[in-house]
Amino acid sequence: MPNRAARAQRPRGTAPVVALATLALLAAGCVPGTDGSAAGGGTAGGATAIPDPAKAGKVTLTVWDQEIRGGTNAEVEQLNKEFQRAYPNVRVKRVARGFTDLKATLKLAVSGNNPPDVVQANQGYPDMVAFVRAGLLAPLDNYAGIYDWNTRYPTTLLNHNRVSADGRRFGTGRLYGISQTGEFVGLYYNKDLLAKSGLRPPRTWDEFTGQLARLRSDGRLPIQFGNLDKYPAIHTFGVLQSQSGAAPVRDLVFGRAGRFDNRQTTEAAATLADWHRRGYLPKGANGLGYDDAAKKFASGDGAYLITGTWQLADLKKAMGDNLGLMPPPPATPGGPPLSTGGQGLAWSITSRSKHPEVAAAYLDFLTSEHAADVMTRHGVLPAVPGEAAARVPRTSVDGQMLDTWRRLNEADGLVPYLDYATPTFYDTLSEGLQGVIAGAQSPERFAATAQRDYAAFMAEQREGDRDAAAGPGPRRDGR
Amino acid sequence: MKRAPRGPARLTGRYARRAPGEPRAVGYLYVLPALALYGALLVFPFGQSVWLSLLHWDGLTAATWAGGDNYHDLLTDPDLRAPFAHALILLVFYSALPVAIGLLLAALLSRARVRGMTFFRTVLFLPQVLALVVVGVAWRSILAPDGLLNDTLEAVGLGTLARPWLGDYDWALPAVGIVGTWVGTGLCMVLFLAGAQRIPRELYEAARLDGAGPIREFLAVTLPGLRPQIAVALTLTIVAGLRNFDLIYITTSGGPGNATSVPAYEVYHRAFETNQVGSAAAIGVTLTLLIFVLTVGISRLVEGRRT
Repeated sequence: MPNRAARAQRPRGTAPVVALATLALLAAGCVPGTDGSAAGGGTAGGATAIPDPAKAGKVTLTVWDQEIRGGTNAEVEQLNKEFQRAYPNVRVKRVARGFTDLKATLKLAVSGNNPPDVVQANQGYPDMVAFVRAGLLAPLDNYAGIYDWNTRYPTTLLNHNRVSADGRRFGTGRLYGISQTGEFVGLYYNKDLLAKSGLRPPRTWDEFTGQLARLRSDGRLPIQFGNLDKYPAIHTFGVLQSQSGAAPVRDLVFGRAGRFDNRQTTEAAATLADWHRRGYLPKGANGLGYDDAAKKFASGDGAYLITGTWQLADLKKAMGDNLGLMPPPPATPGGPPLSTGGQGLAWSITSRSKHPEVAAAYLDFLTSEHAADVMTRHGVLPAVPGEAAARVPRTSVDGQMLDTWRRLNEADGLVPYLDYATPTFYDTLSEGLQGVIAGAQSPERFAATAQRDYAAFMAEQREGDRDAAAGPGPRRDGR
Repeated sequence: MKRAPRGPARLTGRYARRAPGEPRAVGYLYVLPALALYGALLVFPFGQSVWLSLLHWDGLTAATWAGGDNYHDLLTDPDLRAPFAHALILLVFYSALPVAIGLLLAALLSRARVRGMTFFRTVLFLPQVLALVVVGVAWRSILAPDGLLNDTLEAVGLGTLARPWLGDYDWALPAVGIVGTWVGTGLCMVLFLAGAQRIPRELYEAARLDGAGPIREFLAVTLPGLRPQIAVALTLTIVAGLRNFDLIYITTSGGPGNATSVPAYEVYHRAFETNQVGSAAAIGVTLTLLIFVLTVGISRLVEGRRT
């Protein structure tokens, strides 16, 4: 868990501070943010022909990304080097931070006076939608046309990087970023441990859950899992919840239809609690870190690990050929695969970048077919696999990953991350699921809590729609 | 300043109107640079925090006026009240326990002549020297389900007591608290040892002549003699306990559920993770006031009676 240095910004408390607070209050008398509210605006996107970065003069492109894990870091480093070799007048200044760190600092960076040119923004309401609403990201539709991103990428994937022009809705509207990597949550398995219990990778969901009992009675840990960091349970829960179909969950997440306190949610939560109770998950999983759990699995503790493809390169390094990866098995043999997933964080251009065209060329380079091949060589899943992917042996774990990705996309079986649904859903889900696992919260109460959060946000959205329909008027005040 | 006695010194000009050592206007000139720095770095940001706490602001788009809404929420929203309750519970571990244990250790160490005293003092003081981030990472692995603590419990046959300390709803808060106790005790002990050395030996001799046992002696001589040190220790540990952020951030992120969320963590969480800057500022301001009130209270309580 590197780079988790504390960064609290907190006023200190002493007597004169309080006494003089009123004085300073007068000095600070302006409403913050009043200058950045040009929703949906932005400057970039005027280009009509393929920009040539070579003619841009001496340019420094500041890039903030979160690809610090082994495989992705190596791949981005190599591509940056190649881009600078192709355009010696361009210098890529890379600032790489872990996901949590980037998420926490990006807001200040993009709203500051000297924002980076390219940033990796997380999809969903808290980050990408909020940035667009504040007019901080440049729409990329123009470039998508010029560079043929529209045809290079499947529509479903591009849609995850879209925000409505008024900056209020996610998954539709203008394009605000392009993702380099694909990702899905799958079942990693330890081939040795399965063989020792006389098991093979399961073909159906029932077979899989049956194996868990068998592994347990053989004295092995069926599923390695650590939830001290709160979010891992969202992925596991997502896999369980989408078992009965991708479409309803997708409609829920995008706010199109449905309620969260439905049977699927309750049953998925009940299954998770049940797994923990029966010892299919480590005892006290809430006390074990996510990275620690992955390390334990890599060292042979646990037959399965349910997590994302971003872990593959690191796991493979420790386990080699003993590592296998498959999608969560379908209900019937040979049925269409289904899992939580989508794509890596979007690479976006900030609206105040001085070199939007160079930045666009950089994004094109990072997501090109050549880049896909570089990613494949580093064990990273490209959103759109290239030629190198076709040469990867299908029996290797990389081959399994690429094959599953292809099948998931063909079957339209990718279910978006549940925390996209509302700005506060990450908190609601992660806190609630810790309670469910510990047995401190019933599945029904968890579902009800999630629904309360969801319904409140939907109501807020509808109210916004009414205001928008009523035409321009004074901005609605908080109360 | 008009209170300065007017006297025969009128001849020597206006300076003589004051007794020597009495503050003069020119003195403010000397502290002006420091005052300016203090104002720019502490008072101004704090004023801004107060201002932000009166707004609804997501940190990005235009803010709207909130008035007392954010403070009203602090009183009514259980998710916002819980962190303050947790902080007060943690004060037992961060402040009361270190002071109590520190007193005990100081009493023992100052009475008995311990071989290698400096070594023990250094070891006990060591947690103070480490960055809290390091402390957090180390304890996170000690308290892990298969960490040192549980392994030890199993080894001595107390396996039934083993649990995922940081992931247990009932035990996470005390577990984080124990880390705070571990950090704070050394500081308290060193403070008290230093204080105990300044207590005149005669008092102890007198107490012994009067037939006081070790406990009586501690209560009658050591404890009153350590009053100023106790005040300092309480103030330091309470402030450290209330602004505790790093330990929570590293060990539990406020979990499981929100069982270990504290105000300082909630400030960070709301300001940087959930785009609720106004609410975060309101928590920060409230926390500041709470610390202020508690520290003033302590100095009144412990030091006030001496003069």
